[in-house]
Amino acid sequence: MANYKMHLLVCGGTGCRSAESDAIVDSLNKALADRGLENEAKVVMTGCFGFCEKGPIVKVLPDNTFYTQVTPADAEEIVAEHIYKGRRVNRLLYMNPESQEHVEDSKHMGFYRKQIRIALRNCGFIDPENIEEYIARDGYSALGKVLSEMTPEEAIQSIIKSGLRGRGGGGFPTGLKWDITRKVSAEKKYVVCNADEGDPGAFMDRSILEGDPHSVIEAMAINGYCTGANYGLVYIRAEYPLAINRLKTALNQAREYGLLGKNILGTDFSFDIELRYGAGAFVCGEETALIHSMEGMRGEPTFKPPFPSESGYLGYPTNVNNVETYANIPVIITKGPEWFASIGTEKSKGTKVFALAGKINNVGLIEVPMGTTLREVIYEIGGGIKDGKNFKAVQTGGPSGGCLTTKHLDTPIDYDNLLAAGSMMGSGGMIVMDEDDCMVSIAKFYLEFTVEESCGKCTPCRVGNKRLHEILEKITRGEGTMKDLEKLRNLGQVIKDTALCGLGQTSPNPVLSNLDNFWDEFVEHVTEKKCRAGQCKHLLRYVIEPDACVGCTACARNCPVNAITGERKKAHEINQDICIKCGACVEKCKFNAIFVR
Amino acid sequence: MTKIKSLADLRRVKDDLQEKIRLRENADNPEKLVQIKVGMATSGIASGAKEVMSYLIEELDKRNVEAVVSQTGDMGYCYAEPTIEVILPGKEPVVFGKVTLKKADEIIEKYIKNGELVDGIIPRNYETIE
Repeated sequence: MANYKMHLLVCGGTGCRSAESDAIVDSLNKALADRGLENEAKVVMTGCFGFCEKGPIVKVLPDNTFYTQVTPADAEEIVAEHIYKGRRVNRLLYMNPESQEHVEDSKHMGFYRKQIRIALRNCGFIDPENIEEYIARDGYSALGKVLSEMTPEEAIQSIIKSGLRGRGGGGFPTGLKWDITRKVSAEKKYVVCNADEGDPGAFMDRSILEGDPHSVIEAMAINGYCTGANYGLVYIRAEYPLAINRLKTALNQAREYGLLGKNILGTDFSFDIELRYGAGAFVCGEETALIHSMEGMRGEPTFKPPFPSESGYLGYPTNVNNVETYANIPVIITKGPEWFASIGTEKSKGTKVFALAGKINNVGLIEVPMGTTLREVIYEIGGGIKDGKNFKAVQTGGPSGGCLTTKHLDTPIDYDNLLAAGSMMGSGGMIVMDEDDCMVSIAKFYLEFTVEESCGKCTPCRVGNKRLHEILEKITRGEGTMKDLEKLRNLGQVIKDTALCGLGQTSPNPVLSNLDNFWDEFVEHVTEKKCRAGQCKHLLRYVIEPDACVGCTACARNCPVNAITGERKKAHEINQDICIKCGACVEKCKFNAIFVR
Repeated sequence: MTKIKSLADLRRVKDDLQEKIRLRENADNPEKLVQIKVGMATSGIASGAKEVMSYLIEELDKRNVEAVVSQTGDMGYCYAEPTIEVILPGKEPVVFGKVTLKKADEIIEKYIKNGELVDGIIPRNYETIE
């Protein structure tokens, strides 16, 4: 075996691959071979590093050099300078935006300093298509320990003691769920992994499956042993082709090594996993709808009880957990529940993965201990708001959540605090908004999503959300009344109280929380017909300032609807009835004579 | 690949495989290990820094010393190349100049293993900014 002096880790997540990270691997290998260095440095394609903002990422070990926005053409220079001569390629290093200095070592990057990576422990560290690297990282030893040294009851007690709660959104205690499924007696039971990730902007489940598929497989087998199930199913969206491929590869390798199949590790426990593809309907993230979809029926939810733990897939007891929840399980078993419970807050233990998106400098995937404040996440890890603008709100919990504002910046993030603030943990999407975002439009955007994704089974969700959306539309067109605001609140509450499943019960949250947090902005839209963010086109008026206009006619010539009239060398005027508010005139005016009011 | 048949079997396989990613695991917690930086600027390379680095990696491995050996740029001591900086866990960095293979051997045996200082130390005239 070659004694490598260096490892070059190249990100192989969907984001970086779409920016040619495959070609980077090839170019690095070629450049190494050209210099006869193929036995000195090894190139490994790993899962996501999380720093998607500056992808593709290449990390050089052992010196932890972190190259950003690498192109295949840079491979030659990296090998010639860094690997051969030992000089870092400065122009590719991450630049600290405050000090404008290059950061040599990823350990000194603000993005990583506050993170604790448990669920993402192997993402960006091992080759996800190589089971040997997973085993070398203590992989499958938790399964071995549970099968050989623990009873199902003991293992479940460990999970209960760790305080792990469901990471898919609801936050139900995971150990308790397993215990309920275990206690139901049936001839057959199923274990399901919910990989139907649908929140706009969330991609943690995809990244775990792409970067560390074995951790999910191992945890499902442990779950099978604990609950008495011999079959596992992964329900994954067909629009995640890379995750599906990596998962398939991992399943085959696990079978080859005898870690799935009959009599695992010489015990009498047998377990195997199959994949089920979803077409990408948001409602199928709800467990009963998910189960119906797997059964080949319409992805519609049904009333609970009976809970899937009692009667789920094909009528058999079924334990459904989310990808990130599973990824935590093996570490809890190997390091012990006390260790896990020592991280986090009183009622929310461990860490949570968040996907940062929107108007934030460091878009990407992060994992922080529960109880980290929003300020730390947005300013220290996320690097603050883009273009030096002011922070306005952050949307958590996707279409089921709500917005948190400046007053919540110092709230420690955990399940209960987010609920108290009118939002929810959800799957961990965080969309950051700045002063240019209109909160009425944001509420409308999320409603548009739920209207589209509602399965249509129950009236409150099917009809109610549509009405909510119409009222919001009316307000953004400048036709809203104070009565409408009252209606929004009442109707929202009725939908929450009467909808059948989690989707409908939470769909009014973005509207209700925005009404609470940004009441003044809604009132402004209604009474003053004004949108302070300047996003609601119908509320804008483009006006030419006669003193500043020289009559050059540039605006009139460029107006697509001929709304601007005026004589040459005299002040022009915009006919508000014709104007479509496209903004073309503002762009063309060289004298800054056109204003938006 | 033959199947893994028991927990003991799995542990054995793990021990064999761990070697493959040790470099990565060590790089993750360098402060707990012996860290050595080899100055690899033009002057360093010309004086044999590459050979010294290979020697260090192989010998430390053979002698079972867990260490992170990495290369760095010019440390500024061009008159005393090859230069290496050694950081023992919890200790201040020490820089050695004119490191030949023989000197490297002495550094491993005396300084790294026993903490005894050896000739050839260059007083450090810089601080690394965290």
